[in-house]
Amino acid sequence: MIGAILAIDPMLEGNVLWTPLLIVLVKVLLVFVVGLVATMLMVWFERKVIAGMQNRVGPNKAGPWGILQTLADGIKLFFKEDLIPERSDRFMFRLAPYLALVPAFLAFAIIPLGGDFRDGKGGLVTLFGQQTRLQLADPPVGVLFALAISSIAVYGIMLAGWSSGSKYPLLGAVRASAQMVSYEAALGLSLGAVLLVSGTLSTAGIVNMQSSIGNWNIVATGFVPFVIFLIAATAELNRPPFDLVEAEQELVGGFNTEYSSIRFALFFLAEFMNTVTMSALIVTLFFGGPQPISIGNTTLDIPFIPNAIEGTVWLLLKVLVFLYIYVWFRATLPRFRYDQLMDLGWKILIPGSLGWFMLLAAQRVGRDAGWDQIVVTLVTALVLIGGYGLLLAAQHVSRVNREKDGASF
Amino acid sequence: MELFVFVVAAAMVLGGALGVVTRSNPVHAAMSLVLTLFGIAVMFVSHNAHFLAAVQVIVYAGAIVVLFLFVIMLLGVDKAEDLSVEPITNQRPLAAIIGVGISAIVIAAIVSSRAGLGASGEGVNETTFESPDANIRQLARVIFSDNVFAFELTSVLLLVAVIGTVVMARKTKSVGTGK
Repeated sequence: MIGAILAIDPMLEGNVLWTPLLIVLVKVLLVFVVGLVATMLMVWFERKVIAGMQNRVGPNKAGPWGILQTLADGIKLFFKEDLIPERSDRFMFRLAPYLALVPAFLAFAIIPLGGDFRDGKGGLVTLFGQQTRLQLADPPVGVLFALAISSIAVYGIMLAGWSSGSKYPLLGAVRASAQMVSYEAALGLSLGAVLLVSGTLSTAGIVNMQSSIGNWNIVATGFVPFVIFLIAATAELNRPPFDLVEAEQELVGGFNTEYSSIRFALFFLAEFMNTVTMSALIVTLFFGGPQPISIGNTTLDIPFIPNAIEGTVWLLLKVLVFLYIYVWFRATLPRFRYDQLMDLGWKILIPGSLGWFMLLAAQRVGRDAGWDQIVVTLVTALVLIGGYGLLLAAQHVSRVNREKDGASF
Repeated sequence: MELFVFVVAAAMVLGGALGVVTRSNPVHAAMSLVLTLFGIAVMFVSHNAHFLAAVQVIVYAGAIVVLFLFVIMLLGVDKAEDLSVEPITNQRPLAAIIGVGISAIVIAAIVSSRAGLGASGEGVNETTFESPDANIRQLARVIFSDNVFAFELTSVLLLVAVIGTVVMARKTKSVGTGK
């Protein structure tokens, strides 16, 4: 029963003994600590890299290379005065930072953090005589859990903006909720392509399918879902170039304007935590997670490290690439205008991911029924082009109508 | 264990439902609704309907209540309403009568079908470690083969509702003055 509720983990089937229970507790603690430390290092990493890109030095005083700067900032924020605005909704104002932070931590639980996926071992490792996975939970709903969590994360931002009782945070919160709800659709649909190819929801199962570069979902789903997922994830994270939520030039500081001290720090922590989690999720879904890089039958093996630990090293390396890409985005891309943001989300990403999903599904049905793959692809492409033409025509008609009504765009 | 989960989830559902009715601030009421939806999701999980639980959270808590909040914030009705003025006369006694009537019907239905309550249906097969996706497979088979007609009809209904809303919300000031 407990096993069915917490997760489907072979360790938890049968009698609950002390060793498995201890392993679970250690895992919980480990994931929590790893999450916190990763977030701390991410803040430092972002500041350092962006400083390099802008020809500055960046943090360099606290610790070697300024690596303890985040810790110093955190301690400073702890001792700052905690203000609650007079016109705020006090209960919601206090609740909102936790509603932002808790989902950020929960999403980390389903990421496979290591393990040996080679030779059909499926990521299972043996710890003290117990078979287990190097991930906190492998729930039956798998990736849908991440989707559910990311849809809950909206509440923190929304309620923070609303409960502050002032105009700019409210504007920031309304922008945020509209943006996150819009891009969640594209995120879910491009995720659908991955699930279609993998045939399972479980994150460990998805990783297990991607044994070599040819099987990585970025290749298997045909690259487009990955691009859509990356863009939608960036928008979901409210990171540049989609950071309209906290556009400093327009909104003072966005939804968190009225927050100070440790409550502000919690929002900050949640934001960077989400960045780390989302990068790890992208790696899990499209780049084989803790699987080593291998082409055909030759596998790039790190010598002297046992395979189970090597998975963690590979995951770390792959995640670092995406963290760097996120920082790179921030340093190079200017912010989107609000109408451009909505156009991109609703008129390009959602129809695009839907169309690609249809193409993949048609190919799959064709393969099962033994049809000619080329014909199936061509017919689907024709249908998609027809649909796109209809979409363009509809947009044209609505623009003409608007201009007739006197709108000037 | 099962009893404990049920008690906690039921407390969440009932507490949230009471909150929706009693809180005068619309945002607080919406958040109570989220609590109720989470309670229902927990109940789904305790009955091994994991997929339904996930969908419950994604669709209801993640999208629908967010849209409620969005409308509340956008329209600026997020202040506690003055409840002493009744827009419709005799609203309260009428509401009381209807409430009592509905509860009487529900109780009557339960009492009359008392015999059938003890028997339990086949339900979904337990998800196992070997096939954690059995849940979805069973659900998909029911929706897309046995009930596919009703399913497609429902999606058409939703589409009609969306298009109807857009058409009705459009301003038609260009009629007569346009050309």
